[in-house]
Amino acid sequence: MSLNIQEIRALFPVLHQEVNGKPLIYFDNAATTQKPISVIDALSAYYKNDNSNIHRGAHALADRATRYYENTRTLLQQFLNAREEAEIIFTKGTTEGINLVASTFGRKFINKGDEIIISTLEHHSNIVPWQMLCEEKGAILKIIPINEAGELDMQAFRGLISPSTKLVSIVHVSNALGTINPVEEIIELSHQVGAKVLLDGAQSTSHLEVDVQALGCDFLVFSAHKLYGPTGLGVLYGKRDLLDSMPPYQGGGEMIKEVTFAKTTYNELPFKFEAGTPNIGDVIAFGKALEFINHIGKKYIKAHEDELLAYANDSLSQIKGFNPVGTAKDKISVISFNINGMHPFDVGMMLDANGIAVRTGHHCTQPLMQRFGIEGTVRASFSVYNTKSEIDSLVASVSKIAKLKN
Amino acid sequence: MSVEAIQNEIIEEFSILGDDKESTIFYIMEIGGSLPEMPESDKIDQNIIKGCQSKVWLTASEKDGKIHFQADSNTDITKGLISLLIRVLSNRTPEEIIQAELYFIDKIGMGSIIGSQRSNGLASMIKQMKMYALAYQAKLNV
Repeated sequence: MSLNIQEIRALFPVLHQEVNGKPLIYFDNAATTQKPISVIDALSAYYKNDNSNIHRGAHALADRATRYYENTRTLLQQFLNAREEAEIIFTKGTTEGINLVASTFGRKFINKGDEIIISTLEHHSNIVPWQMLCEEKGAILKIIPINEAGELDMQAFRGLISPSTKLVSIVHVSNALGTINPVEEIIELSHQVGAKVLLDGAQSTSHLEVDVQALGCDFLVFSAHKLYGPTGLGVLYGKRDLLDSMPPYQGGGEMIKEVTFAKTTYNELPFKFEAGTPNIGDVIAFGKALEFINHIGKKYIKAHEDELLAYANDSLSQIKGFNPVGTAKDKISVISFNINGMHPFDVGMMLDANGIAVRTGHHCTQPLMQRFGIEGTVRASFSVYNTKSEIDSLVASVSKIAKLKN
Repeated sequence: MSVEAIQNEIIEEFSILGDDKESTIFYIMEIGGSLPEMPESDKIDQNIIKGCQSKVWLTASEKDGKIHFQADSNTDITKGLISLLIRVLSNRTPEEIIQAELYFIDKIGMGSIIGSQRSNGLASMIKQMKMYALAYQAKLNV
């Protein structure tokens, strides 16, 4: 890392604007991160210079676009330390990645009476596809409970897992609370009973080193837009033997080897799971986002964000009426909270009046909110380009808002 | 006071706040606080206005040909918004409510203050109040 915080901020055009007459403070990074100029330029350069369909074109543009597109796959293989590029599948996002596994792995390997384990911390995207699959197959969905701090009850998990468990689909880092789950232990315990493990890495891949070989997870899914990349693009990592054994997700172009009306044979990995013309421009631009992360370094990103989290926690916890939700020991830079006597929507709107962007509501985790007996929270989530002085502004605003009712 | 006169009064009040969004929101929350308490027994699903992100309950009653609205919400800003609507539309004949053109919302720049999602909610509140007026009009003309 050779850039200071002001140099990093200079790479993000969107940060340099006023909202409601105040400098924008963007603390909604868990929803989506902002994009560095290199990503924005790459997207525009692709459409200006290289636009063409990939893999089968017999011309220079197609060759160039194919090379740039596949370069992002190579970067991802290195980013995750996957064994080979064929284990990297492009999707529309985390949600599609989970649905893909539910529709293919699930369709083939989950049977009546089999058990799937998820947790109370899951995003709706890691609940609903499994509910749909269980309903269709007559399988059983089991839920790992959490403690008051928002940490998984691992004792309970040990009680839930059994030879009937076929899949454990678990969030690596909670989007609503920031809790980092002990996924190494979960994967080990799951493999002991022969269950496969899917990690929802939507919130972890931008903050933590994620090495799929060291972790040993069977699947990992995440979205590009939470990693400084474009929206509408995601990644599914899967172990080759599993991906090979699964039926295709969608039928169409790109995913076939040969089509006759009698029988169609399917393409090799990763193309077997990439039917249709993919999101070429965004994949190419995503490569620049990965280069940005590699350049800054995950170590620096984590250290910077940890410092912001500790700083914000110290100041916010002094405010009368401030009620943190989720106080796990191991957290990424997310602070979920409520102010006594106030609805999170109202708090969010008052922060917005001060140029501070946060998320309010249930964060697509209604069962988790029900667990805490609340309707929602205010969530401030920090990223590599945020500063301590921005946190000072947040603390000042929250303090002023809390005084209205406390 | 006519529907127009009350709207003009509100526009005048908000003009004093100027462009400062924070003071405007504080003011909306403050006026929400003056909304008369709604009985807990009326805060039921049947009285919830659909299309609002936060919970809004609305009831209407009729006395001497005039409609009285009562409302509540679980968020203070929404309470403030509905209290403005009640100030303009409550204690009026069904005809007045149905014909009311609510220009004050645009004039005070409510759309940019509350954002698009809450603006949709506000439109749902107005629609529901007019629906009540239509229902009472039909009932009174029988």
